[in-house]
Amino acid sequence: MIGGTARPGSVTAWALSGTAWVVYAFFYAPIVLLVVFSFSDDRNVGRWGGFTLSWYEQFIDHSQLQNSLWVSIRVALLSTAISVVLGTLAALALERFRFRGQRVFDALLYLPIIIPDVTMAVMMLLFFSEGIRIAELLFGLDLTKGFTTITISHIAFNISFVSVVVRARLSGMNEQLEEAALDLYANRWRSFRYVTLPQIAPGIAGGALLALTLSLDDVVVTQFASGPGSTTLPVFVFGMIRRGVTPLINAVSVVMLAASIVLVILSLVTQRLRTGETGRSLGDRPRRRSDSSV
Amino acid sequence: MTLTAPPLPTGPGPGGAGTGLPEVTPEFERAAARADSRRGFLMSLPAYVYLVLFFTIPFGIVVVYSLATRNTIGGTDLAGWNLDSYRRLAEPIVRDILFRSVWIAMLTTLICLVVAYPFSYFIATRTPTIRNILLVFVMIPFWTNFLVRNYAWRVILGSDGPFAAVTEALGVGRQEILFTHSAVILGLVYGYLPFMVLPLYAAIERIDGSLIEAGRDLYASGAQTFWRVLLPLSMPGVLAGSILVFVPSLGAYVTPQILGGGKSTMLGSYIVVQFLTARNWPLGASLSFVLMTVMLTATLIYFRAGGRKL
Amino acid sequence: MPSAVPAVGLHRITKRFGDVVAVDTVDLEIADGEFFALLGPSGCGKTTTLRLIAGLEFPTTGRLRIFGDEVGTLPPNRRPVNTVFQNYALFPHMTAEENVAFGLRMRKVSKAEIEPRVRDAIALVHMEGMEQRRPDQLSGGQQQRVALARALVNSPKVLLLDEPLGALDLKLREAMQLELKALQREVGITFVFVTHDQGEALAMSDRIGVMDGGRLLQVGTPEEIYARPANRFVADFIGHANLLDGMVTGPDQVTLTNGITIAAPSNIQPGGHVAVTLRPEQALLHPWGGAPEHHTSVDGQVEQVTYLGNALIYRVSFQWMHIDVRSENRPGGDPVSAGDEVTVSWEPSSVAVVQD
Repeated sequence: MIGGTARPGSVTAWALSGTAWVVYAFFYAPIVLLVVFSFSDDRNVGRWGGFTLSWYEQFIDHSQLQNSLWVSIRVALLSTAISVVLGTLAALALERFRFRGQRVFDALLYLPIIIPDVTMAVMMLLFFSEGIRIAELLFGLDLTKGFTTITISHIAFNISFVSVVVRARLSGMNEQLEEAALDLYANRWRSFRYVTLPQIAPGIAGGALLALTLSLDDVVVTQFASGPGSTTLPVFVFGMIRRGVTPLINAVSVVMLAASIVLVILSLVTQRLRTGETGRSLGDRPRRRSDSSV
Repeated sequence: MTLTAPPLPTGPGPGGAGTGLPEVTPEFERAAARADSRRGFLMSLPAYVYLVLFFTIPFGIVVVYSLATRNTIGGTDLAGWNLDSYRRLAEPIVRDILFRSVWIAMLTTLICLVVAYPFSYFIATRTPTIRNILLVFVMIPFWTNFLVRNYAWRVILGSDGPFAAVTEALGVGRQEILFTHSAVILGLVYGYLPFMVLPLYAAIERIDGSLIEAGRDLYASGAQTFWRVLLPLSMPGVLAGSILVFVPSLGAYVTPQILGGGKSTMLGSYIVVQFLTARNWPLGASLSFVLMTVMLTATLIYFRAGGRKL
Repeated sequence: MPSAVPAVGLHRITKRFGDVVAVDTVDLEIADGEFFALLGPSGCGKTTTLRLIAGLEFPTTGRLRIFGDEVGTLPPNRRPVNTVFQNYALFPHMTAEENVAFGLRMRKVSKAEIEPRVRDAIALVHMEGMEQRRPDQLSGGQQQRVALARALVNSPKVLLLDEPLGALDLKLREAMQLELKALQREVGITFVFVTHDQGEALAMSDRIGVMDGGRLLQVGTPEEIYARPANRFVADFIGHANLLDGMVTGPDQVTLTNGITIAAPSNIQPGGHVAVTLRPEQALLHPWGGAPEHHTSVDGQVEQVTYLGNALIYRVSFQWMHIDVRSENRPGGDPVSAGDEVTVSWEPSSVAVVQD
């Protein structure tokens, strides 16, 4: 714990708190303005022209937007479900067992987090357009780019993020609890079911929320993994933005924003549960993936 | 009282041969260890197989393509591997894009550092309750849809948008910075500032306050305390934050697309162009490979410097 | 009626972790109904030995029996023993009652039976009224009681306790020592108890096994261990001992390294390097030349006096060696101060000769 050195009322103290308020304004002003303009009755995206809900109505009537929204939700739920199972198993294996190939697996599991989005996107593009051709020749698989390929690529990065979050929770858990369960006549499965699982549940929930967020946010990888047929909402909106901005995009953005905020609040709630139990600080969550990731 | 031991088994007396199970031997211990190792391996297997299939193999394909040749009709000849596409990185067009990306990423990092340092210091010196509230309000934009956050700036900076209105009202004339490098840097700073704040906060919060008091005691000047005590002690946070901002800025694609228009192409957009429009896949693949190498190196430096969080 | 079969039998048990030998060919039999302490410094292998009995580790070689049954290859959930873990390892997401019921639930005991047994176990450790609390709402001492109830409710044949009092403060620890001892008498179960605190081991146990470097150095009653340590380590580790280095120079005779020869009965061949151990409270302090006839005595000078409240420690130097003498702080005794010429004496039988 560090004490403030600036004396209250001194120039430094004023400058510091001034900076803080400016930074918070910088963080939130664009978001607030976007919400305001999404209700503006003006064809210019950044000008107030009176209140209207027409852009939201347009969004609801826009079948392509509705389709891509639906694809987004399905991709997010499916990729989260699968990556939570695979990522949790991987986390348990890495934290609780020693096995051959463990170091390689550990490193491999970190790579999707470290690798830049653009590189991952390129990998998916080449894999789905070229690799799949070979698979088709060999096994007669017919995999057109769309829902399936998007989901596959999202799972590929989500497994890693889920496993990192769950591992953090597992390593913070007292391993003696599992030994105590075994000592009290639980077999391995029941020890996991009644002791480990309830203990790491907040970690799994946190991992799932992170996976949902990342899946709903992703633009670059999805863009390269999706075909002309179906795509996700962010990719569709990204395409719209590049063609030219309209107030409709404001409304769609606010809907995505609302989804993000709901997920943030849920994460903070599970976070609260976690800090309540282990006393870890807020900064301890893993980095999220975004435009490009380290 | 039920707590007395149940009737004893009618086992053999002391020194008699044991019942049922054999004496433990090293073979048993090894077999138990092997069974345990097998369990771990089996549990990791689904994720392992998945990543090999949908990560390692795609990565191998990228490496193969980076060694291939683009043919005249925009396809790719896989026969005859060569380093031509890596040699092209030295060509002026590609080199300029590389330099521009590095320059923009560095400037972004520097601005983030200068803004985030006093901000993180301010948060770290509050009482724990206030600190947590302040941090929550850093986490919210951190978790909010990146595309939407970039788009918000597009709205603000657009023609007749709020930014233009404000600059006009301030009497500096109707400023339009959309589709300039400044807009891209602004968007990147906005996007990645939390990546700088969080490690900086963690580093500053960890510093023992008495060291700063000792510094004040010995040097008296606040500036000197900063340069000689606070900054050196928070260096791990500075390094971690800088890497976390620099690296994704370098590979940025969405921000230059939305706020930079076509004029300010950065590495990420250039790679995408190679695949979607120019159809020079070997060049795109080799640039992806280079980008990934830079990231891996930076990550290794980050871990070496003691950073743990990803 | 206690069984004639040892409750726990370890026969040439060895446990290696890679190149490290944590437990080295240990032979040990613990009798039914015994309160047995495994005592040693940290890293001596005592906790590993306990974990081997519990089944949390498998031995590398050797035989491990519980009441005559070979259990060395059984997993912990199939052994008739229960453990009170260091820091208790209570399940944080369960109430005290749920913690206690856990073992019975895992053994699929019927609900009708679980309820009274849990109630009895909670009453046994005096935790009535705390059933619905979660571990983080209990004090250290209360957590300790729940951990005991959680283990005892299963009627184990042997109860294993890993530093059970280590996390408690001094006052509570002393109270719990007595209570644990009384509890063991009440339930009549064999307790195997790991501690690094020799005072705790001496106060509570029927027998003590002293370990160091993975080896079991000596097994005996607290009196035997204290009065007749088997080697230098035991003498030094248990209580406070004067260790006077020397060499056996004749029958029942040791010449100390400073040249003084004293009587010290032993079976060690002349020429063996030994240490003569003498407990500070066995030594008596007299004015110069005032030793009783039949005592062994040395003359020296008081170097330092340490006041302990209930006792005083006099450090007496004689020819570059020194002996600590402890005397009870009674009123009316002759005041002795640093620099005084004195004679230190002891019963010949109160010294023990040990080898390294």
